[in-house]
Amino acid sequence: MANIISDETIEYVGILAKLELSDGEREQAKSDMGRMLDYIDKLGELDTTDVEPMSHVFPVQNVFREDVVTNGDDREQLLSNAPQEKNGMFMAPKTFE
Amino acid sequence: MKITDMTAVQLSAAIKVGKATAVEAAEAVLSQIEREDKKYNCYVTVDREGALAQAKSVQEQIEAGTLTGPLAGVPVALKDNLCTEGLLTTCSSKILHNFVPTYTAAAVKNLKKAGAVILGKTNMDEFAMGSTTETSAYGPTKNPRNPEHVPGGSSGGSAAAVAAGECIYAIGSDTGGSIRQPASYCGVVGMKPTYGTVSRYGLIAYGSSLDQIGPLTKDVSDCATVLEVLASHDEKDSTSVARDDTDFTSALTEDVAGLRIGIPNDYLGEGLDGEVKTAVLQAAEALEKKGAIVERFDLSLVDYAIPAYYTIAAAEASSNLERFDGIKYGYRAKEYEGLHNMYKKSRSEGFGEEVKRRIMLGSFVLSSGYYDAYYLKALKVKALIKKAFDEAFAKYDIILGPVAPTTAPKLGESLTDPIQMYLGDIYTIAVNLAGLPGISVPCGQDGKGLPIGLQMIGDCFQEKKLIRAAYTYELCEKKF
Repeated sequence: MANIISDETIEYVGILAKLELSDGEREQAKSDMGRMLDYIDKLGELDTTDVEPMSHVFPVQNVFREDVVTNGDDREQLLSNAPQEKNGMFMAPKTFE
Repeated sequence: MKITDMTAVQLSAAIKVGKATAVEAAEAVLSQIEREDKKYNCYVTVDREGALAQAKSVQEQIEAGTLTGPLAGVPVALKDNLCTEGLLTTCSSKILHNFVPTYTAAAVKNLKKAGAVILGKTNMDEFAMGSTTETSAYGPTKNPRNPEHVPGGSSGGSAAAVAAGECIYAIGSDTGGSIRQPASYCGVVGMKPTYGTVSRYGLIAYGSSLDQIGPLTKDVSDCATVLEVLASHDEKDSTSVARDDTDFTSALTEDVAGLRIGIPNDYLGEGLDGEVKTAVLQAAEALEKKGAIVERFDLSLVDYAIPAYYTIAAAEASSNLERFDGIKYGYRAKEYEGLHNMYKKSRSEGFGEEVKRRIMLGSFVLSSGYYDAYYLKALKVKALIKKAFDEAFAKYDIILGPVAPTTAPKLGESLTDPIQMYLGDIYTIAVNLAGLPGISVPCGQDGKGLPIGLQMIGDCFQEKKLIRAAYTYELCEKKF
């Protein structure tokens, strides 16, 4: 395997991805990601000098519209999906003491 | 003819002349689900009461003459990543186990306007990440043609429901082949339209630049009919394209005279099962006999489509799936210390293995230091792939080949080696990168009796050519 994923890298990816891995999962993830990157490295065979990266197939542009509210008041329904709510608001765990 | 054996066009015609009612149709399909779904697990949610209530109301509107379209009163199954107001929508994930949307996807609204009766939500690979419907948190779906085999994926529940008569037609989504491949494995018709043809508003996003909604049906006529209803310009989806050529049923004609069909040599090489190859080449011959001009050519870059796709799809997924944070909806871990730990635990417990794998890969290829080498490189390769297709479509009207290298694998054989599973997408994936329309049509079966799918790919906005060729081919098959 050409790409060796270090403990530090997988720790960093865990922070970016907001995922917490068990020891077993971490080892599996290191090996899976290494193999995937080895495979993706195939793209390096192609010369892409002067090729414009293509994020969209069609030349999409910003689509503007007037900022007018079209939906009704659906706060109750939206909150009914929340794991915790209080006084008409989403409730999150404490972020500071 | 039994209602569950009818196509959508046949059933709506029967309802129109009073030979059946929308309520009878819903009842017939619901009892088929009750009888069969224990075996196949096509559905995550069946909305029996809702379906019967819709059917009653639709029937009244048909009788009043206010609903006259070809889908009025016909029962449909929706993939469980399409938001439906008031009806559980899980994406086959634990993280959305209790999510009830407050609005309905634009494509589903179009169906409802046409008088469709929604039966429920079909099983899928979790967040549409997979090729077998085995990554679902609600158990795998089984292939109705042989329940020891997978139905394909990620729209496996939708394809299986059509094949099992547990709906008259179904809706799926296709990010890298997720409509065409299960259609092929289950022996039904499936189509991914040109990117931007169907609004993605209300489709739970996986890879936004690749995702398109499309039909899974019993035949090509139904496919054109359903796509005509699904397609619309929508200002809520900024990638939606305003088209004035979405009268797809006008292309249901038996005529391929002079149609230029190219078969990429790259699609017939190593890894392709012999029986699949024979069936696909026979289909090409049948079209040639009808007057099409068939040639072989080199498409090039085929081996680069999968690595480019998984880089781009994983990157977009890692960003799209950030919204699942245990605050606004869905699963929240029971035990945690503080906000960040709650995010991490909820996501780690709520997402399955394949989803986590792709989120991590996506986070990595977008991270500083690796962005240029991986993500940007993949976008450049995407531009080259698009160019290769442009050159091919300068010579040909249609590109023809297999949908998948093999017929449906056995349950439990695919998930052990992710890269091996990704390789199965080799013929479908480039179509999404280039935004092209593609259709999957049954073209025979292998020695084990498993269906084989023929894929036809068109240039952007050329769905009508695909429908015309697929319809013509279907008519040749019926004559045998």
